[in-house]
Amino acid sequence: MSKVITASNLTKQFGHFTAVDHISFEVEQGEIFGFLGANGAGKTTAMRMLCGLSKPTSGIGKVAGYDIRTQSELVKKNIGYMSQKFSLYDDLKVWENIELYAGIYGMNDKEIKEKTDKLMHELNFEHERDLLVGSLPLGFKQKLAFSVAIFHHPKVVFLDEPTGGVDPVTRRMFWELIYKAAEDGITIFVTTHYMDEAEYCNRVSIMVDGRIDALDSPINLRNQYGAKSMDEVFQKLARKSQRTE
Amino acid sequence: MKQLLSFTRKEFYHILRDKPTIMILLLMPVIQIILFGFALTTEVKDTCVAVLIPEHDEVTNRLVERINASAYFDVVSIIHSNKEIQQTFRDGNAKLVVSFEADFASRLKHEGIAHIQLIADATDPNAANSFTFYMQNIIAAYQQELAGQQKNPYQITPEVKMLYNPQMIGAFNFVPGVLGMILILICAMMTSIAIVREKEMGTMEILLVSPMKPIYTILSKITPYFVLSCINFTTIILLSVFVLNVPITGSFASLIVVSMLYIFVSLALGLLISTIAQSQVVAMIISGMALMIPVMLLSGMIFPIENMPLPLQIFSNIIPARWYISAVKLVMIQGLGFSAILKEMAVLSFMALVLVAISMKKFKVRLE
Repeated sequence: MSKVITASNLTKQFGHFTAVDHISFEVEQGEIFGFLGANGAGKTTAMRMLCGLSKPTSGIGKVAGYDIRTQSELVKKNIGYMSQKFSLYDDLKVWENIELYAGIYGMNDKEIKEKTDKLMHELNFEHERDLLVGSLPLGFKQKLAFSVAIFHHPKVVFLDEPTGGVDPVTRRMFWELIYKAAEDGITIFVTTHYMDEAEYCNRVSIMVDGRIDALDSPINLRNQYGAKSMDEVFQKLARKSQRTE
Repeated sequence: MKQLLSFTRKEFYHILRDKPTIMILLLMPVIQIILFGFALTTEVKDTCVAVLIPEHDEVTNRLVERINASAYFDVVSIIHSNKEIQQTFRDGNAKLVVSFEADFASRLKHEGIAHIQLIADATDPNAANSFTFYMQNIIAAYQQELAGQQKNPYQITPEVKMLYNPQMIGAFNFVPGVLGMILILICAMMTSIAIVREKEMGTMEILLVSPMKPIYTILSKITPYFVLSCINFTTIILLSVFVLNVPITGSFASLIVVSMLYIFVSLALGLLISTIAQSQVVAMIISGMALMIPVMLLSGMIFPIENMPLPLQIFSNIIPARWYISAVKLVMIQGLGFSAILKEMAVLSFMALVLVAISMKKFKVRLE
C-alpha cells in the first residue's frame, strides 16, 4: 500500500490567526479517510491546501506523490473535488456537464463517450441523460456530481461535506458509490458533519482548533474514549475547543 | 486546447439557454437606436410658431410663407399686438414668436434696416437654441434674396455653415454614443456577472481545483461576449447606415480597429469588476453605477464635454467611452482616417494595459 496523502507539520496562518496548526497524517491508497471537525476548526483550510488552492505557511504536504507547494498543477491533474455547494451547472444537460469536466481534465472524445455510456447505465440515468441538471432532484444531482468528480479516475477525491441536506436513504446510496470508488483504488478524503457517516470511514481524524486531536479507525476511537458512538467521541473532543466563532 | 474548447462551448450554452437575457442583449441596441433615432430626437421638426405682424404687407407675408413652408416650422397663429405674446406662450400654442416691428416693409425699403425679434420658449434651452438658430437661418436666407433684388450689395450677413452634419441630424451624435454604451454594457457588465455567477454557485471552486489554467477560464468567459459585441456592433452600424442614413464617411477599417480596442478595454473592465464583486447583484450595481451613468452623462454622448465644469471635464478623461465616442465621430462623421484617431487609440491602449495588469494581479491574489 502506498501513501497517497502525506502531511507533516502542515500549517496555515492568516496574520496572527493560525487556522491550521502543525497537522501531520498519512492516507493510504484506496482508503476512505474521514476528516472531521466543528465549524471553524480548520478543516476547509487544510483541505484547500491539499488541493493546491492555498499555499501552506510552513510544513510539507504531498498529494498523489506531488508537492502541494511547488507542484500544485500536477496535484490538480490527479485529484477530483466535490464541494458542499452543488458543483454542476444547472443550465447544462447531464451529458454536457460530464463532457465539460472530462474536457477540462484533458480526456479525449472517444474515452468520454464510452465512459459516459457506462456511467449512465450504472447510475440508471439513461433517461435523464438529455435533461438539464437543474431539473433533477438533489439526490440525483449529488450522485452525478460525485461521478463527475471521479470521472477522470483521479488518485484522490476530496469531498467537502458532500451529503449536506440529503435524506438518509440517499446518503446511504451515496456512500455505496463511495465504497465502489474506493474498491477501484480511488482514495477518498471526506469531510462531514454526520457522525453516522464517520462510522463508514476506514479511519477518521478529528480537528479541534486547527490541530488533529484524534486519528484512528472509528472502532479504536470509540474504545479509546469509552464512547458508544462516533458522535459521543466527537462531542467529547469538540467541547475542548477554545475558539469562538 | 481541448480544455479551452469544452469550456467555451459551455459558456455559449449558458448564454443561449438564458433566453430572456439573450433577447435583451440582442434587441437592446435595436431599441436604443430606434428610441434615440425617432423618439428622443433633439432635432427641430414642425415647431409651432406664432407671428406678430402689426400690419400685413408683401415683404412680411412672403417671409411668413417661407417660414411656414420650411420643414422645421408651422405657423400656427398670427397675432397683432405685443400683449398677445404672453398669452400665446401661456396657452402653449407656440414655442417661438417671430415679432416684426411696425412699418417693417417701409423701414426696410427706406432705411435699409428693419428689425425682427425672436422670442423663444426656453423651458428646454437646447431646443430653444436650435430652433432660434434655424429661424435665423431662414431669415438670413430671405434677407439675402432681397439683397440680391435690390441694389444694396454692401449688406453683410454672417453665414453659418454646419460642417459634417449640415442638417444637424441628431443621429450623427448619438450613433457613436449608443455604440459606446452598448459595447461597454455588454462586455463589462455581462462578463463580470458571468464570472461572479461561478463564484456564487460554487462552481468556481471546482474550476480552481481543476487543472484548468485561470487564463483559459478568463478567455472562455470572454469569448461569447466578444462574439455578442461584434453582432451588436454590426446591428448598430447596419441600422444607422440603412435606417438612420448616417454614413460611414471615413475609413471603415479604422472604425473596426478602434471598436475592437474598445471592446477589449470593456472586457478588461468587466474582469476587474468581477474580481471586486462577490455577488451578481454587486457586480450589477457596480457596473450600473460605475459604467452606465458616467458613460451616459460624461462621455459627451448627451451633454457636450466642453460645457462641463472643469473638474468634470478632467474626470471625463478616465472614461473609456469618451475616447471611443470621440474616435467614432472623427471616423464615421468627419470622415477622417487612422492618423486622426491616434490620440484616442493611444489613450484606449493605455487603459487596456492598465486594466489587464490590475485584473490579472487581482485574479491571482484571489486564487491564493
